[in-house]
Order: sequence, then structure tokens, then C-alpha cells
Amino acid sequence: MADSVIYTNQLTRKFGDFVAVNAISFEVKRGEIFGFLGANGAGKTTAMRILCGLLTPTSGEARVAGFDVYRQNEEIKKHIGYMSQKFSLYENLTVRENIQFFGGIYGLSRQELKNKTEVLIERLGLHDEADKLVGSLPLGWKQKISFSVAILHRPKIVFLDEPTGGVDPITRRQFWDMIYEAAHDGITVFVTTHYMDEAEYCDRVSIMVDGAIAALDTPAGLKHQFKAANMDEVFLQLARGAKRSDA
Amino acid sequence: MSTVRVENIKKTYDKGTVIALEEVSFEVKSGELFGLIGPDGAGKTSLFRILTTLLLPDSGHAEVAGLDVVKDLWQIRRIVGYMPGKFSLYQDLSIEENLNFFATVFNTTVQKNFHLIEEIYVQIEPFKKRLAGKLSGGMKQKLALCCALIHEPKVLFLDEPTTGVDPVSRKEFWDMLDRLKARGITIIVSTPYMDEASRCDRIALLQKGKILELDSLEKIIARHPQNLYAVDADNAYQLMKDLRLTPEIESTFAFGEEQHVTLQSLLDGEQFLHQYLSNLGHTGLKIRKITPNIEDIFIKLMLENQ
Repeated sequence: MADSVIYTNQLTRKFGDFVAVNAISFEVKRGEIFGFLGANGAGKTTAMRILCGLLTPTSGEARVAGFDVYRQNEEIKKHIGYMSQKFSLYENLTVRENIQFFGGIYGLSRQELKNKTEVLIERLGLHDEADKLVGSLPLGWKQKISFSVAILHRPKIVFLDEPTGGVDPITRRQFWDMIYEAAHDGITVFVTTHYMDEAEYCDRVSIMVDGAIAALDTPAGLKHQFKAANMDEVFLQLARGAKRSDA
Repeated sequence: MSTVRVENIKKTYDKGTVIALEEVSFEVKSGELFGLIGPDGAGKTSLFRILTTLLLPDSGHAEVAGLDVVKDLWQIRRIVGYMPGKFSLYQDLSIEENLNFFATVFNTTVQKNFHLIEEIYVQIEPFKKRLAGKLSGGMKQKLALCCALIHEPKVLFLDEPTTGVDPVSRKEFWDMLDRLKARGITIIVSTPYMDEASRCDRIALLQKGKILELDSLEKIIARHPQNLYAVDADNAYQLMKDLRLTPEIESTFAFGEEQHVTLQSLLDGEQFLHQYLSNLGHTGLKIRKITPNIEDIFIKLMLENQ
């Protein structure tokens, strides 16, 4: 586990009698793009909250960026990035203010912030928009800024919760270019998505069913194992067998 | 016969600075399952709110079942069902209470139209005493659909009912819509998922307030022939980079494990791509000419409209 950024062993979380996450064990390596799939209600969100240091497990082990989820959850929060469609940027702050606000929260110094803000605005080609309110920008841009902000402090790992929902097909692919670039720079990417074509872009994919990991392999390996032409078919075969659902 | 008629509808916000809909026109036939397909910000919700009389257009004209959306709002409200994208039922009423409330408001009873909702309602009935605010996403969606159906609407408007829903549940939802359509209800549904186009009788592709295309999926595909190839190689990341380097290639976009490559001229793409990529040292090359799918076409139309 020397080079693993996420390590879990028999990780379990119960809510009363309900076993939301049932003894999951897996590792994610440095620089890997790891797809975390599953039907609604399969336990993805609960697992992700544990890995982000927001929820204590009931039993089992887990380490994220080298920190223990039971005792070092505050350290975990400092060493990860997080982005979801529901929580991304403050709409009533400008692009520049958002970058500085989140950079500050992630602990960047004043000087670092100043440099990084300008570099980022330059790289995203947002000179003319830097002082506009984020709320006035198209969704695709918000998502790109939001991702850039989530990795501004160079975290070991970034968690992306359905980052491309509702985004147009071109922007969706540009977003994945950014994911590839980040992974290329050594940032581990942990991503959930309901777009099965995006599962193909991941190095490895796990599929959760009823709280457990029902399959985990490279996309090619999964397609071979389930004799499927694409990831959509793999997902259907596994998730159709699910006993519990979001109802 | 058309049940919904939209003529040059225009809608702007913030004193005209934000254009939501730009002179949009289309018709939906009676009994049709019609899809409005486009990303966030395309104008789908504005259009739904105008058609359900909740928002006034800046200009243009629209009718639902022969009634004017501005003048005849009270009559329209009685005959349409609307499921907004954002959950809008009473969070502090139970499943049962919400359903009864909507039936009463529309001067009917749950018993009278139970046949319409039965198949959906039985799935949430075990939790009928639970407050709507405490339901999971999937259960909220089913309750909202029941409430939109309980007065037996002539036209059903569903705004992004499958957003954030997993692929299995999405398929089940569309199967359910097929059965409602079989009962003669006209359904207009919006979605950001391009693959759902195949489930609709006809679709409108919407982007930034404009209809890019409108027809059945087959006809739209036939109208946009492309010199298009699916390309796969051992090193996918390098492949993506290399395909962006030569002027003969008009566009290249990732589609699952493959790149979909459009060539500029009508040259033999298989031969050209094979030679070009082999020279760059690529191995494991698989190249085949393909018919565009809906997402290829949406991308093409977006590039043309930039």
C-alpha cells in the first residue's frame, strides 16, 4: 500500500439496521483515474463521505492520502480536493473572489494565492470574465473553474461527484481533458458519473451494488468479464440484480 | 392534430440582457412523446414554464390543446400535468397527503384516477405515511409524477425527470412513459441525456435558446451525413493528442474508449488515418467508418452555430 492514495479494508457503515456500505475493500494508486459507479442508493455517497473525512465508519479500515479516517479526518480534509455539481462555487462572488476564497480555505498563503489566481485565470482564458459574478457564467465554465479551484492547493487526490451532469457534449469532453491533465500531473482522481461512456475514460472502475463492490477492474477487463460490448451493458447486468434501490 | 403549438416564442431575463429563448417555433402532435434535448441553460425550463402558464413570454404565441397560454391560463392549468425539475411538493405533508391534496385541488379523487398512477404508486405505497421531505430522490420523483397525473391531464410536461438518475432507473422511467403514452396522454419531456432521444417519437435539439434540429431521430441522423470514423489505439491518451495535430481532421472527440474523428474532405479516411497514425508509431489501431449518433450530431450543430 506504499503507493496507494486510498486504502480501504472491510470498510462498513451502518445507519441503525441498515448497512449502507458493506465491507468494501479496495485501493486507488497515485495518479490513477478511478471511476466509482453504482445505482442510486447503492451506497456511493456514504462511502465517499467517509473517504472525505466527513463521516466516521462503523467498522473496517480506511486511509486517505496516508491519513486514518477515524483519527485524522481533519488532516484528510486538508489534503483532498472536492467538487460536485451541487456544491461548487459562490454564485454571488466573482471568478477571482471565488478562486481567492477557496484558495484561502485550502490554506494557500497570500503570495501563493496572488500568483496562482493570475496563472489560473490565464490558463482558463478568463481575462474578460475574471471580475464577473460566477452566477452569470454558463454552467460548463463554472464546472471548469470549480475543478481548477478544487486542485489549486495541489491535493493528493480530488473527489468529483457527478461533475458533468447537465453539461453539453463538447464541454463534457473538455472537462475530461482537464481530468486527464490533472492525473498526468500526479493528482489521483476519484469520480462518480451516470454517463457510462465516461466510465470508459477511467483507468479502473468499481461498481457498487447494495452497499458492496460487485465488480472492480479496468474497463476492458470488466467488458471481458461480463462479455459486454460497452460499460453500459456491464452496468445493466450488475445493477439489474440489485435488491435495494432508491425506490 | 397538434396539441401544443409554439410560434416565435421569445423570452429574455434581466431587462433583455439574458436571452433564454430566441424565436422558438414547433408543434407537438396529439398522443406524441416529444423530447426537448439540450444541456443546462438551453432554455428547456423557460419553455416549460411558458407552456404551463407560469411565465409570460416577451413575444410570440403558444397554444396548449387549442388554448392560449396567456389568455386561457386557468383552463390550461386544469388540463396539464407538470413535473418541475426541482422537487416542488409539500415537504411537510406525507406521500398520501400530497396526493390527496392534488386530487382535491383538481376537483377529483385519488380513487377515480387510480388506474393512471397505480403502477407507479404501488412502489411508494409502503411509505405512504412518510413526509415527502424525508423521501429519497427516486421516491420523490415517483410521487411528483403521481401528483402530476392524478387529474388525468391531456398533456404531461416533465422537466428533466431523469437528471442524476442511474442508467437502470432511467430505462425503467422511460418504460413507464411508454405505457402512459399508450393511454393517449401527450408527453413533452426534457433531458440533458442525448441517448434518451431514441425513446422519443420526435425530438428538438435545443442549445442557448435556439432549436438546432427538430424531427424523428432517424430523420435527423439521415440529414447530417459525416465523413466520420471511430478510432481506437493502444495508447488512448497519445491518440487523442495526435488526432488534434493535423488539418485534415476537422474534429475529434472521445466516445467511450474510441475517438470519433470527422475528416475535412471526402478522402478515404480509413487509409488516411491508418497511414497518419502508423507513421506516428501507434499500435493496435482499429479504424472503422461509422454513422453518426445523436451526440455526434449535437456536437456538429454546436460547432456550426458557434
